[in-house]
Amino acid sequence: MGKFIRLKKGFDINLAGKAAIKFGNADHPETCVIKPDDFHGIYMPKVMVKEGDQVKAGTPLFHDKKNEKIVFTAPVSGEVVEIKRGEKRKLIEVKILADKTVESLSFNKYSVSDLASLSREKAQTQLLESGVWLNLVERPYGIVANPEHTPKSIFVSAFDSHPLAPDFSFIYKGNEHYFQAGVDVLKKLTSGAVHVNVHSEKEISPVFSQVKGAELNKFSGPHPSGCVGVQIHHIDPINKGDVVWTINPFGVIQIGKLFLQGIVDASKVIAVAGSEVTESQYYKTYTGASVKPLLKNNLKQEHVRVISGNVLTGTSIGKEGHLGFYDQMISVIPEGDYHEFLGWITPSTKKLSFQRSFGLLSFLSRGKEVVLDSNTHGEPRAFVQSGVFEKVVPMDVLPTHLIKAIMAEDYDEMEALGIYEVIEEDLALCEFVDVSKHPVQQIVREGIDLLANA
Amino acid sequence: MKFLRNTLDKAKHNFEEGGKYHKYFYVYEALDTFLYSPNTTAGAKGVQVRDAIDLKRLMMTVIIAMTPCLLFGIVNVGHQHFLALGQQASMMDKIMVGLMQVLPIVIVSYTAGGIVEAIFAVFRKHPINEGFLVTGMLIPLVMPPNIPLWQVFVATVFAVLIAKEAFGGTGMNVLNVALTARAFLYFAYPTQISGEVWTYIPEGAKVVAGYSGATPLAIAAETVTSGGNAVTQLSGFGAGWANESLYSLQNMFVGLIPGSIGETSTLMCLIGAFILWATGSGSWKIIVSVFGGAYAMGLLLNALAVNPFMALPAHYHLVMGGLAFGAVFMATDPVTAAQTETGKWVYGFLIGVFTVLIRVFNPAYPEGIMLAILLMNVFAPLIDYFVVSANKTRRLKRATV
Repeated sequence: MGKFIRLKKGFDINLAGKAAIKFGNADHPETCVIKPDDFHGIYMPKVMVKEGDQVKAGTPLFHDKKNEKIVFTAPVSGEVVEIKRGEKRKLIEVKILADKTVESLSFNKYSVSDLASLSREKAQTQLLESGVWLNLVERPYGIVANPEHTPKSIFVSAFDSHPLAPDFSFIYKGNEHYFQAGVDVLKKLTSGAVHVNVHSEKEISPVFSQVKGAELNKFSGPHPSGCVGVQIHHIDPINKGDVVWTINPFGVIQIGKLFLQGIVDASKVIAVAGSEVTESQYYKTYTGASVKPLLKNNLKQEHVRVISGNVLTGTSIGKEGHLGFYDQMISVIPEGDYHEFLGWITPSTKKLSFQRSFGLLSFLSRGKEVVLDSNTHGEPRAFVQSGVFEKVVPMDVLPTHLIKAIMAEDYDEMEALGIYEVIEEDLALCEFVDVSKHPVQQIVREGIDLLANA
Repeated sequence: MKFLRNTLDKAKHNFEEGGKYHKYFYVYEALDTFLYSPNTTAGAKGVQVRDAIDLKRLMMTVIIAMTPCLLFGIVNVGHQHFLALGQQASMMDKIMVGLMQVLPIVIVSYTAGGIVEAIFAVFRKHPINEGFLVTGMLIPLVMPPNIPLWQVFVATVFAVLIAKEAFGGTGMNVLNVALTARAFLYFAYPTQISGEVWTYIPEGAKVVAGYSGATPLAIAAETVTSGGNAVTQLSGFGAGWANESLYSLQNMFVGLIPGSIGETSTLMCLIGAFILWATGSGSWKIIVSVFGGAYAMGLLLNALAVNPFMALPAHYHLVMGGLAFGAVFMATDPVTAAQTETGKWVYGFLIGVFTVLIRVFNPAYPEGIMLAILLMNVFAPLIDYFVVSANKTRRLKRATV
C-alpha cells in the first residue's frame, strides 16, 4: 500500500494562460537538437557522427567519454546538419534536419510475458544503447543515472505542480500498456520499490491508478508537492551513500515502447501556455524539437520570453529555440525590461507576491490568475533572514543554512544539512520569493557540483 | 516623468565602468533605483519570474509600522512638556513643541547614517543598503527628547561604523545597530540619557511645584530601598501636579508618560506589531515570546519576592519602560535575531527573562531591554547552532535506522 502525505508549505503560482484540453495543429518541426547542457554529470561528450550523416531515431550522436556506455541518440530520423561548438570546442548541440516520417532503429521486441523473464543486464544494455536510458536521473546530484549503481528505489512523480504545468492525465492518455511495461522494466533495475506519486485532489489518470507492481503514493498540498525530491524526502529519504533514481512518466512510457515495440519513440505531447500565447493548448512534437512552428501566428506580441519548461525552473530559449530534453511544456511570458517609477513602493493588486509587505495586495485575490513578466522587481542584496524560505520548503531541510553553507563552500556542513536531498527545482520557490534576489538554483547547482566532483 | 528617466539614462555612462564618476556608481544606483525600480530581467536559467517584493519595500513596511509610535511620540513630547510646566495647551501647541524637538533628531540621525553609508558604498564598492532607512528611524525613537544633537550624530556614526560597516554592512552585523547607538550614549554620555531627562524642559523654564521627572522603573526600583508597595507608589505618582495618577496601569499602557520619544506607548507598539504581523515583515514568534518571557519571569519573581520591586505584578513589566518597543522593533531585526524558527522562540523568551532580571536586580541599569537584546544578539548564533545541530542529528539518525 502506498502512503498518503499531506504537505502544507509551498506556494501555487496561478499564472494566466493555462493550456486548454485540446490539440493544436502545427507544422512538423524542421529541426531537432540534443544539447549536452540539458544533462548534468556529463563531462566530455565525444561526437560519433559527422555533418551530413543520415541518422534514424536511436542512432548514437555522441557519448560521454568518462562513461562510454552512456550514449546520446537521435530523437528523430534525418540528416545531421550542424554540430555546434562553443569556446574551447565545447559541444553545444547536435542538430538534425527531421524527416517528415520518423524512422527508428529496431531494437529487441518483447511480449508482455517475455518481459517478466528479461534479465537486468539485457534490459540495461538495450536502454543504454537506445539512449532511452537518459530519462533516468540519479539522486543525489540530479545527474544522468550511472549504470553501475543499483538504486534503493525509483520514483516517478505522476503530477506536475509547477505553474501552467501540463495535465498528465491528458498528455499520457491511452498509454496504460506502455507505462505498465516501463514500470516492469524499471523494477528490474532497483533493489527496492518503484514509487508512483499522484496528487490526491487532482484527477488521477488510469495510466497511473491501474499500474501494478508499483507503490502508488498520494500527496496533497501546493507546489512543490510535485517535485520528486520533496516526494523522496517523505517516502524514502536519501542518506549519505544512498542512490535513488527518478524518471518522469514520459520516460517510463518511452521505455515501455522500446521493449514492447522495439523502437525509440521521442514523440511527446507538450503544453504551449502562458499569457502571451494566443491559443494555449497542447501540441504533438518531439524531444528537442524546434518550437518555431508551435509559436507561428500564436503570439499576442513580439516582446516575449519563450521558456522551455515552466517559469520556475525553465530555460529561456528564444522564439526559434528548441525544447529541452526533459521539458514537457513551453511557457511564454512578457519580457520585463522596463523601469517603473517608484515601483518599489507603489501599491498594486496585480503584482504577485508570496508576501504581504506594504502595497503588495495580491493576497487579497489569491486564486486569481495573474500575468507575470521576467522583471526581477528589485536588486540583489545581502541575505536578510525574513523566514520566508522556510515557508516554501516542505522538507525537514533548513534552506537558508544550506544555501549559506554552499556559498561558504563548506563540504561537511552542506552534507550534514542535506544537500544530497535536493536539486535546483526543489528550492526554486526560494529563488522566487527571495527578498534579496539571490540566484538560489544556480547556487544549489554549484554546491552539488562541488560535492559531485570532490 | 519621461524627462527624469531620460536624464538618469543619459547620466548613466558617467558612472559605469570607465566613466568619469565610476567611483560614485553606487550613489547613482541608489538614486536611480529609488526613483525607478530597475529594468533587470531574470537570467536565462533559473526562475524566469520573481516575487514583487524587494528589500526597499520590506524596509518601508517596517518604517510604516513605526509611524504610530513616531506620531504618538511627537504629541507626547509636547504633552509632557506642558505638563511639567503646569500649563494648559492645545493639541496644536503640543504637536508644534513635539515637532521642534523630534524632527531635528530624525534629520540628524538620517544625515549622519546616510553620510557613513555613502562613504562606505563608494570605498567598499557595495550598494547603499535600505536597512539604514529603518535604523535611521529607530535611533530617534529611543532617544530622550532633550538629547543634544551632536550626540545623536556621534552615536549614529559610531553605530553604523562599528556595529554594521565593520562587519561588512547590512546583513552581516551581529549587534542591532540602533541599540548600539543607544548603548554607546548610555556608556559615553550617561548624564544626558539617564536619570530624569525624559521630559523636554527648556533651560531656565520653571517647572510646576512638586514636579518630578522620575520614570516608572525608577520609582519601582526605589521601593527596594525605601520599602512600601510598588503599585501604590506608582499610582500615587504625579498627584498634585499632573493628573491624579500619571503612572496608572492604563496610562502607562496608553503611553502618556515621560520616556524616550517613541517607546512610551505600549498601545502604539502593539499597533506596530499588528502591522508587522499582518505584512509578515517581523517575526510574531519573537514578539510573543519576549512578552511571554518577561511575564513568566515577573511571575517567578512574584513567587520569590523579598522586596517590593520583586512583588510588582508581572503584567506591570509589560507596559513599563521600553519592553514593548524593544520586543516589536528591536528584537525582530531579521539580521541580528535568531534565524531558525525554533531558535526565535528561545531567543525572544530569553530577552524577556533577562529584561526583567536586569530591571529588578541591577540598580545601575533601571531599564533592561536594551542590554537584554544586545546580549541575546550575541547569543543568537549559539541558539541557532543548537537548532541546526538537531536538524543534522535527525538526518544522521535516519541513516542508521
